Amino acid sequence: MQKRAYFGLYIVIAVLAVLPLVVPNSFYLDLAIRMAINAVIVLGLNLLIGFAGQISLGHAGFLGIGAYASAVLPTHFGWHPLLAMGAGAAVTGLLAAVLARPIFKLKGQYLAMATLGLGIIINIAIRNEATWTGGPDGMPVPAMGLMGFELTSDKHWYWVVALMLSVSVWASINLIDSPFGRALRALHGSEVASQVVGVDVVRYKVAIFVMSAVFASLMGSVTAHYVGFVTPNLADFFHSIELVTMVVIGGMASVYGSLIGAVLLTALPQALATFEGWETVAFGMILMVCMIFMPKGLVPTLAAKFGKGD
Amino acid sequence: MLAQFLQFLFSGATVGATYALAALGFTLIYNASNVINFAQGEFIMLGGMLAVFFTQSGLPLPVALVLATLIPAIVGIVVEKLAIEPVKGAETVTLIIITIGTSLVIRGLTAVFLGKGTHSLPAFSGDTPIEILGATLMPQSLWVLGVTAVVVVVLWYFFNRTLTGKAMLATSYNSLAAELVGINTSKVLFMSFAMSAALGAVGGILVTPITLTSYDVGIMLGLKGFVAAVVGGLGNGLGAVIGGLLVGILESFGAGYLSSAYKDAIPFVLILFILFFMPRGLFGARVTDRV
Repeated sequence: MQKRAYFGLYIVIAVLAVLPLVVPNSFYLDLAIRMAINAVIVLGLNLLIGFAGQISLGHAGFLGIGAYASAVLPTHFGWHPLLAMGAGAAVTGLLAAVLARPIFKLKGQYLAMATLGLGIIINIAIRNEATWTGGPDGMPVPAMGLMGFELTSDKHWYWVVALMLSVSVWASINLIDSPFGRALRALHGSEVASQVVGVDVVRYKVAIFVMSAVFASLMGSVTAHYVGFVTPNLADFFHSIELVTMVVIGGMASVYGSLIGAVLLTALPQALATFEGWETVAFGMILMVCMIFMPKGLVPTLAAKFGKGD
Repeated sequence: MLAQFLQFLFSGATVGATYALAALGFTLIYNASNVINFAQGEFIMLGGMLAVFFTQSGLPLPVALVLATLIPAIVGIVVEKLAIEPVKGAETVTLIIITIGTSLVIRGLTAVFLGKGTHSLPAFSGDTPIEILGATLMPQSLWVLGVTAVVVVVLWYFFNRTLTGKAMLATSYNSLAAELVGINTSKVLFMSFAMSAALGAVGGILVTPITLTSYDVGIMLGLKGFVAAVVGGLGNGLGAVIGGLLVGILESFGAGYLSSAYKDAIPFVLILFILFFMPRGLFGARVTDRV
């Protein structure tokens, strides 16, 4: 198990290393960067959805907090971008923890509702506090820099994001095989059974939720600095849905499924752009068809078909 | 003072009635199948948009309204047959994604065929406001509140006095037991989709002369209806109606007295509050889950 899991990681690293040599132009490099950013968020979200069996419909809100921390704090208060990024992540983590503790004592769909509410409130706040956030038009984000070196070119960003993705994949694989990961899988299987064998269900769920929220916030900051501009759309309900969809289509509880889901759904709008006006319909159809015929998602379904297991 | 208070109350109750109809729709489907139908808002939108389309193409108003209620109901049945029934018993996450996919398809098709513009309907019985203690009430508000009241009474009669209604209730209590006593639970499922779509559409049609409509109003209306259903205690019909009115009225007061910019945030603050302090909603039954 361990060896094969790492085999996948090597493939990911190899692909990431070769990719910049083969992409034909900067358009595809940009697409690759956005895929990698989404992949990291989806890895975190998949830990929550796939392993803990909980759904968040407000992850874009957390992403928005990170993105706007990186935009607002350096612009209005002169904070260093790294400090701003850390502050965004800390606020997100705190918010997630405060929200999750009472919610996780309840059952089932309540987290979906609470996160949905929170996400929408965050989005409305961003849209309305125009003095700080630029309102619906968004605002520019200062460049990320460290010791005189400014991250501006796409090439640099690619390597930063590729490194983050590799580390996230490595961390996810290890996490799943750790006692923590086993506890998560146990509580997805049966909460009562895992409680009986001594798993503190609420604590584990809160931990994984906070972790996935912090992932989203950090990548929100990265997105903000990479694009150089933030708009409230980053934090809207539809974006939350997109992220959940990436998890579900790729495959719940599958590390590589997360990557595939992120890659496919980031590319999808580009592919659908040719069907003018029909993008939304096509996007919805793809969601429905995937869920009806492959409720476990692409990677686990294919893996089962070719008899390998994941 | 009083005039202003009444004004906010009237407009809140009017919008709240729409939320109540949407919340009833959520409740029907949730009871029949434990599915939270995220496409509910699209039926509200569809009702309004179709009513606009049919009246603009020259049909008399009553005919247009009937068609605008029936077509969403048929869409609801199609959705249930094609998308929900094949995955019966799937995980919650899967079902949520399927209904979200459905909502995108309905919204997308509406944008393609009926356009992306904002539309209005003429009010059903004129625009002469009625004055009550200094506040004005539009005749259309009376339509909204009146029809909602009628719908609630009809539903009450249906669930308490007819065999089909009782069969639907039985299914919501325990679908296996219902099946054992000979209730056709898949019929119950598609009936609940048809009814809930029709309820949403009625709400959408009634409120269009007041709030206007366009292809993308469904998300917010649906989410607020959903909040209303949770506030009233998910699965409780009367709770859904009260929840809807409450959400509408609080939203209206919040917009009037606190901040109109944060109007849309009020229902969602309310849902967080409810989840923290009374997770079963105002009228939800205290249930203990068997393991």
